[in-house]
Amino acid sequence: MSNVLVVADHRRGELRDVSFELLTAGRQVADATGGDLHAAVVSGDVEEFGDQLNREGVDAVHTVANGEEFNHDVYVQATEALAADVDAEFIVLPNSVNGLDYAPAVANRLDRPYVSDVIDAAYDGGVLEATREMYGSKVETTVEVADGPFVVSIRPGEWPAAEGVGDASVEAADVDIDDSQVRSTVTGFEEVGGGDVDIADAEFLVSIGRGIEEEENLELIEALVEATGATMSSSRPIVDNGWLPKNRQVGQSGKQVTPKVYLAIGISGAVQHVAGMKNAETIIAINTDPNAPIFDIADYGIVGDLFDVVPALIEEFGGDAPNV
Amino acid sequence: MKVLVTVKEVAAVEDDFEIAGTEIDDTYLEYDLNEWDDYAVEEGVQLSEAGDDVEVVTVTIGPERAEETIRMALAKGADRAIRVWDDALEDAELLDVESKSKILSAVVEAEDPDLVLSGVQASDDSFGGTGVALADEVGFEWAAVVNSLDLDVDEQVAHVRRELEGGVEELADVETPAVLTIQTGINEPRYASLRGIRQAQSKEIDPQSFDDLGLDAAVADSALEITDMYEPESESDAQFLDGSAEEQAGELAGVLRDLGVVGQ
Repeated sequence: MSNVLVVADHRRGELRDVSFELLTAGRQVADATGGDLHAAVVSGDVEEFGDQLNREGVDAVHTVANGEEFNHDVYVQATEALAADVDAEFIVLPNSVNGLDYAPAVANRLDRPYVSDVIDAAYDGGVLEATREMYGSKVETTVEVADGPFVVSIRPGEWPAAEGVGDASVEAADVDIDDSQVRSTVTGFEEVGGGDVDIADAEFLVSIGRGIEEEENLELIEALVEATGATMSSSRPIVDNGWLPKNRQVGQSGKQVTPKVYLAIGISGAVQHVAGMKNAETIIAINTDPNAPIFDIADYGIVGDLFDVVPALIEEFGGDAPNV
Repeated sequence: MKVLVTVKEVAAVEDDFEIAGTEIDDTYLEYDLNEWDDYAVEEGVQLSEAGDDVEVVTVTIGPERAEETIRMALAKGADRAIRVWDDALEDAELLDVESKSKILSAVVEAEDPDLVLSGVQASDDSFGGTGVALADEVGFEWAAVVNSLDLDVDEQVAHVRRELEGGVEELADVETPAVLTIQTGINEPRYASLRGIRQAQSKEIDPQSFDDLGLDAAVADSALEITDMYEPESESDAQFLDGSAEEQAGELAGVLRDLGVVGQ
């Protein structure tokens, strides 16, 4: 019998969705090992969070009241102490930005193997078989972790959220945080972007990615936007290059958008990008690579060169395509 | 002040490729400096340009072939490079976070840097854990997914921004020495100049074995093993628009009109 510990993710007073997905993933491991599922929540309104985490399949919820927001020094200490307290052999954490900031340290401190960004898992006869992606989602791999304890982080959005109301005990954990070991301080939060346009309000987004190759070539997309009355957005590399402002970025670290039509041009469809646009009503993709992941979620696809298709599309709508 | 930048030569896969067992055949791979590390190198070089007496040292775990990639970091302004390789690594199929952080920790202990910069993740194996595990291993403080850095050397604090999900940034103060994992977009990585490339030829790439670093061969043993590799099955139910570019554009125009987002 091996117990499982999951640690919830929250921000600015709300549990994040991945917290409830962790419960499902954790229950899966606990079922395979015959152990109990322990959920923990650290910092913030832990009583309220604790009640919300009491969903079906959870055996116990442990709360650690210490500060308001995520601090990795606190989370590492709390997770380490709780793992010992509840005798947790397996620790399941989120592969969120905050997960990236403390899960590897937890694994290191407990001297356990760390498997990150897992999208599926099976546990059989003492062996964890984790599914991960490599080479920018071009391949999937099965990674085995033999013989016991591990720390895994799961990719948000891959497990269904645990539902229903559970009958777990929700109790304050007996964990002392050593403040002398807290050597970083969160001093605030800021919304980025702002600016002239809110792409989250747009009905028709023409979104551009790495396939545009050069900044000068954006002229072509500007002409399409003008001819169609669309709003321009982009994937991360375009903003990283400084070709468009941050408020145009769609994705995990940018904006979440839900337009009527999302036309993705030269965007391969990395998971971080898809996280921001998969709820568009209709997704249309233009890409030269027929295996690009964007086609997996597209309703309409054009396998072709944007430098041929876009000028022809501009002309369809009576515009003038610039020479790029 | 000394800044240590961890860099990795990563493999990118061509559009068409074949899998042999649990690997992609080498003929379908192209090697390059990891994108995230490129930003980390630039951040280090900018620190050295802004302050007096700042040395930028890069460290990589990689075979001799990787020196070509490392020279790019030297050409962009890093002062010297360390390349760790050992016979024990030749047979290691998968170098996991634990192995990498333990190897790099030996270098941190030998070099005693004030700041370590590392990319958030490597584009090939995408573990995203080495920087933070390394920090914990050597007892440094850290911050992950940093997209802005303002270093106060006198106060020994790094004022950073961390890029959270959904267009929110966290502002945090981190005690140094620290490991920061660098997110793309923090700066604009420079191209290596011809002069830089020439100068890089004469800069030192110091090869270090496990013996040199006082490491046991067992550090290369991984608890993880790749047992299968495959191309994910396409789940596409997209309707593909065929024909010449003009025909595709014509059909797409019809779709957009039907959906009502573009005028007739």
